[in-house]
Amino acid sequence: MADMALHGVRRPLIVRHPSLLIFLTCLALFTVAVTLLAEGVGMGVISTSFVKTLGKTLCLCLVALAMDLVWGYTGILSLGHMAFFGIGGYAIGMWLMYARTEIIVRDSLAQAPLPPTVTEISDGIANQIFGVVGASEFPAIWALAHSFPAQLAFVVLVPGLLALIFGWLAFRSRVTGVYLSILTQAMTLALSLYLFQNDSGLRGNNGLSGLQNLPGFDDVPQSSVSIAFFWASALALALGYLLCSFIVSGKFGSVLRAIRDDEARVRFLGYSVEAYKLIVFVITAMIAGVAGALYYPQAGIINPAEIAPIASIYLAVWVAIGGRGRLYGAVIGTAFVSLLSSWFTGGQAPDINLGFAVIQWVDWWTILLGLSFVAVTLFAPKGIGGLIDLIEERRSPDRHGADLGPDAGALREKEASK
Amino acid sequence: MSMLLEVDGVSVSFDGFKAINNLTFQIGEAEMRAVIGPNGAGKTTFMDIVTGKTRPDEGKVIWGEKSQNLLAMTEAQIAQAGIGRKFQRPTVFENQTVAENLMLALKNARGPFSVLRFKAAAQDREKVAELADQIGLLGALARKSGELSHGQKQWLEIGMLLAQDPQLLLVDEPAAGMTPDEREHTTEILVEAAKTRAVVVVEHDMEFVRRLNCRVTVLHEGSVLAEGSLDHVTSDERVIEVYLGR
Repeated sequence: MADMALHGVRRPLIVRHPSLLIFLTCLALFTVAVTLLAEGVGMGVISTSFVKTLGKTLCLCLVALAMDLVWGYTGILSLGHMAFFGIGGYAIGMWLMYARTEIIVRDSLAQAPLPPTVTEISDGIANQIFGVVGASEFPAIWALAHSFPAQLAFVVLVPGLLALIFGWLAFRSRVTGVYLSILTQAMTLALSLYLFQNDSGLRGNNGLSGLQNLPGFDDVPQSSVSIAFFWASALALALGYLLCSFIVSGKFGSVLRAIRDDEARVRFLGYSVEAYKLIVFVITAMIAGVAGALYYPQAGIINPAEIAPIASIYLAVWVAIGGRGRLYGAVIGTAFVSLLSSWFTGGQAPDINLGFAVIQWVDWWTILLGLSFVAVTLFAPKGIGGLIDLIEERRSPDRHGADLGPDAGALREKEASK
Repeated sequence: MSMLLEVDGVSVSFDGFKAINNLTFQIGEAEMRAVIGPNGAGKTTFMDIVTGKTRPDEGKVIWGEKSQNLLAMTEAQIAQAGIGRKFQRPTVFENQTVAENLMLALKNARGPFSVLRFKAAAQDREKVAELADQIGLLGALARKSGELSHGQKQWLEIGMLLAQDPQLLLVDEPAAGMTPDEREHTTEILVEAAKTRAVVVVEHDMEFVRRLNCRVTVLHEGSVLAEGSLDHVTSDERVIEVYLGR
């Protein structure tokens, strides 16, 4: 047994995390199955819009992984990760909108007797994009919107940089617990309010739209585009899962969980708690950015409401319902709750007639979700992931079993661990 | 003998209450020292100051050969410089196994990037097994430390302290809640440790202090009241008055 415990520190990742293999297998099977059933490529059982819903769900699962890493493992209840998600969406959305508008403008100007100048094209694009907020010039933040590689880099760089600055200030001042949550929420709110303004340079409350149309791929039907994004999302989720598993396994994960449980003690062991928190905060912000960049082209539209604090609160609820501190828990919780949510709010759930009142799920779903969150917090803090513990305990019920105390009838180890 | 730690004229007050009042304290490189004193004498605050948890209002704290100023360092830097601390109530990471706890404490690079790349080498695993054996937890390496008994947690924490391989150990009430046998073993571990490094033990229990057989510093109202052998300080009139309760 002693040997096992020690060797546990250096066995390969797959062996240390059996859930990793199971997860990747399930994800691969799911991806193939959806492809085979999808409209356009497969048998046509699943509509294009549902493929998009599934693809978006995978992106939400990816940002939930980031949330689990930062909250479930490190104990930082961030209410700002959906802001990083939104920034990722805006970054890619700017290029999508610019490039597609550019094609349209070039086409229409090509009819003119004289070939258009660079300025004419640029003005035309700006007019098209910003006419809706009464402007006709490109704001400074659009300087690189024509460049796909640059905007792709911004998908991770902008959330990373924002998280770095914010995290450095917050962690250095040793803001923890609920105060940190409030700070992150304030950051999210400020960002969202700023983006609501017309002169923010990102089209105010109109947001960016038409993102589902990929520039240069007008001939490709949405049914194929949706499958491509679905695959990309599945791949990103798989890579994200691998990355998170690598981070939380081994000694780094051990330090993170130690920080979550008693950060002062970790300091006295000589670890710079602030540096660890900052690294996790920045990495997870970048993961969130990538997830957002894959999500919004499938959603087609992004506006500042998506960044509002409520989105980040939903994220925390998903992770809590799935089970914190276990990566698959975050994925299960997110997939379960967000799909259920689209079922209930999509008008497909049958109304319940109580005689004196009719429960219409479109309105009542949030209440049901709120109640389940309270119930999970109170009665099942391990969330859905706790069910997997039950199965595992049934398989190997007795890890060891000496009495804890010297007296007969003292608690046995197995009882104490509960 | 050159001094490892020099605390010079340190004072700190909390809301007007002087927890430490012009305290001066020195300890050499391989020395055992017991610190005793009534409740509120400033024993724990003294440890807080040395480990960087509390910043004093005035005074100096100088460490090691290079005469580093501890007051300018963070808790983590002080720990890396070679000062280890055991808290009054055992604080181990209950959600992690005994092996993980010891591996966390083991003297290795502490930076995030080296920890991310860290793979336990054979010598690390040997060292963990050796420490576990020393604290009587070799059979419990794979167990979650939350399952351990109170005494075992105390030992695990002592084991983690030794794993850090510090030059100075600050130990707050190591024998609290232990059976007589466990106390005996704890004494042995501490006496053994003091052969190669400095050990400061804060303790209430006079029997335990007697067994440590070392110099004793008596604190009272935040400053040193007396210093010397246990017999010397217990015969001091003022010590008898304030501490032994007459």
